[in-house]
Amino acid sequence: MWHSATARLSLGFVALAILCLGIADLSITAHAPWHELGRLVQGLVQPDVSAVDHLWVALLRTLAFAFVGVGLGATAGFLLALIFHSRLVRSICAFVRAIHELFWALIFLQFFGLHPLTGVLAIALPYAGVFAKVFAEILEETDPLPEQVLPAGSGRLSTLAFTRLREAWPHLVSYTSYRLECGLRSSAVLGFVGMPTLGFYLESAFAQGHYDTVGALLLLFYALIASLRLWVRPLLVPVYLVVAPFCLGSGLPIVWSNVSRFFSEDIVPSPLRHGEGLSGLVGWLGDIMISEALPGIWHTLVLSQIALVLTGLLALALYPLVSRHFFQGRGWHGRWAVAGRQQAGARVPGNRLTHLLGHGLLVVMRSTPEYLLAFILLQLWGPSMLPAVVALAIHNGGIIAHLVGRRSNEVRLRPDAPHGLVRYAYELTPRLYGPFLALLFYRWEIIMRETAILGILGITTLGFYVDSAIQEIRFDRAMVLILITALLNIGVDVLARHLRARLRLRHTANCEP
Amino acid sequence: MLKRLTLALTVLLAAPIASADTFVFTAIPDEDETRLQQRFQNVADYLEQQLEVDVRFVPVKSYAAAVTAFRNNQVQLAWFGGLSGVQARARVPDSRALAQGVEDAEFMTYFIAHQSTGLETGEGLSDRMRDMTFTFGSKGSTSGRLMPEYYLREAFGQPPEEVFSRVGFSGNHSRTISLVASGAYDLGAVNYTVWENEVEAGNIDTDQVEVVWKTPNYPDYQWTIRGDVDERFGTGFADRVQQALLNMEDAELLESFPRSGFIPASNDDYAIIESVGKELDLID
Repeated sequence: MWHSATARLSLGFVALAILCLGIADLSITAHAPWHELGRLVQGLVQPDVSAVDHLWVALLRTLAFAFVGVGLGATAGFLLALIFHSRLVRSICAFVRAIHELFWALIFLQFFGLHPLTGVLAIALPYAGVFAKVFAEILEETDPLPEQVLPAGSGRLSTLAFTRLREAWPHLVSYTSYRLECGLRSSAVLGFVGMPTLGFYLESAFAQGHYDTVGALLLLFYALIASLRLWVRPLLVPVYLVVAPFCLGSGLPIVWSNVSRFFSEDIVPSPLRHGEGLSGLVGWLGDIMISEALPGIWHTLVLSQIALVLTGLLALALYPLVSRHFFQGRGWHGRWAVAGRQQAGARVPGNRLTHLLGHGLLVVMRSTPEYLLAFILLQLWGPSMLPAVVALAIHNGGIIAHLVGRRSNEVRLRPDAPHGLVRYAYELTPRLYGPFLALLFYRWEIIMRETAILGILGITTLGFYVDSAIQEIRFDRAMVLILITALLNIGVDVLARHLRARLRLRHTANCEP
Repeated sequence: MLKRLTLALTVLLAAPIASADTFVFTAIPDEDETRLQQRFQNVADYLEQQLEVDVRFVPVKSYAAAVTAFRNNQVQLAWFGGLSGVQARARVPDSRALAQGVEDAEFMTYFIAHQSTGLETGEGLSDRMRDMTFTFGSKGSTSGRLMPEYYLREAFGQPPEEVFSRVGFSGNHSRTISLVASGAYDLGAVNYTVWENEVEAGNIDTDQVEVVWKTPNYPDYQWTIRGDVDERFGTGFADRVQQALLNMEDAELLESFPRSGFIPASNDDYAIIESVGKELDLID
């Protein structure tokens, strides 16, 4: 096994994570978490929506922002995919997707204010960058032959429509529908910074410890995500897209002079604004680098390395929950044990239930905001990197397990394939390991972006400093730090692509998280 | 699809969104945020009746968002904290503090500790606190960040990160109390009105968490109005707003803040906050 590059790389990553464990502070210090956690659990099992002023409006807004944002992102992404061979386009796309939706929202809030455009662009912009890349890759993988046999002089548009697009269409649709789920999550989370979506009320209720309301909002959100396939139908999507822009709400009017002020004043480094010239600027930048950027980068890297490996382990352990090779069909022999759940001799009806429970668990894992998870774990374990690592791993592990599980359903096994643990260890996991690694590498960059939310744990990641600069209303500093974050993300993205290429991990639709 | 979307978006942008002469106000999210909309709608109704213009309340999610909305002229009046008020007035020429709560002239921060620390009630900032874990509230809060950090630096001669083994930002006062009560953090700094209200409501197990120090008084929350409202809503408008705020006597309305009444305030009342903010490098 040492001869396999994949195995060596995987073990290398694990070793690096273990090394980081030695550096990271993972101590447990909480003393009496049970009172507070008891309140939390009690609230979650006794959900109560009555405290939310306009629940249905919030739900409508969550859907509207997701549809408009993803719709615009997909459209723009598709157009960009057609010219993705241009280095300039590729770089711009890499840049816009390297910045987290929440940071985009915080930037747009500065000049559009609480206007729907802020939320729409915060989703559409980074999504366009992701769509452009994935769509371009999907189109590239289509068979070039039909295009070559067309008569000379065929129009570019009709060539595209009848050759590559026709072949790629199912993949494009499948990927877009997956991104819609992500869009719903993003839309909800934008409520944390003031958009009128579910997250707005979730954050309020959570901040005040009104856990019954938190429970109700979370259940509603889980139901929304879990039922996605029931109400997102090919025929209905155009209807949703047309209606959604009218359901965004009105917000406050945009004052356009704020836009020019933002670019000509707010983000200009303060030494330049105060006429201290180049030497002032150098000192200012050096100060940010030494006191914030470098420690921030270090903590971000250590934290994401551990979280990444834990995410991977969790995803590998949980994907069978949603794989038809384990919890569905007659091949089931009841020898399978996963996540502490011992199933003995369950037959088809029981399997159906297990399958639903598995799906349910993954929906809960991937749809609970990491911030909430981190808070609950902070109550349990006290402030250290531990709650952060576990929160990130639960959230991202849920997403990757879901995608790997889905992918496993495309695998066809021989009728005499082994069952249970043997099937898991010697049949399926080796076959899925390539796509699994590809997914994990895509997620790497995302985990790094998500470390931004952990100020509550007293962990000074890059995102922590970005947030501080924004709270201090110093957008010049915030922009420098956001740029550094984006560069770090692009660096990780390039490295991951390089690793994928070296391991020849083939990309397919649905791979990009 | 693109065409339809562009069209819809154009319609959306062009539509008159709020009438030009609506007077909009906001409040920093510091007290009970739930039902904020409903409670502050009553305040909006009161102001509408007093001022005879359309008044609208918009909720925001952070101190910075309140300052930004004020600066961007999307809101003209705001209930700020000490620090956010200073930040806002520095960015909007001629804006002024109109009124503060009766309690705000002599505001305080409580330092609270979990019982396992062995610290005693009223112990003060002592060397025994070194290497414990500590949480502030929100990064932009006067009572949850600015003033406690100032007094910590004064007492220990070092920044908090060097005094404590870990310094967190819980995000708000209720969460600070909850995190210290569970022992997740050893120590925390909290707005005294929030603490008193929670104790009164029976939400705090005072066997688990206690007040170890009360800071000296400082000025905090205040109503601040933009300088250009007279131009937009008529001469003397700011003065009328001030009068309406000072005349607010309905206990139910005051409950939203929660204050027992409002008294006049001026920008100069907050000079101390400004100088502390500069000292801690939280404002330029």
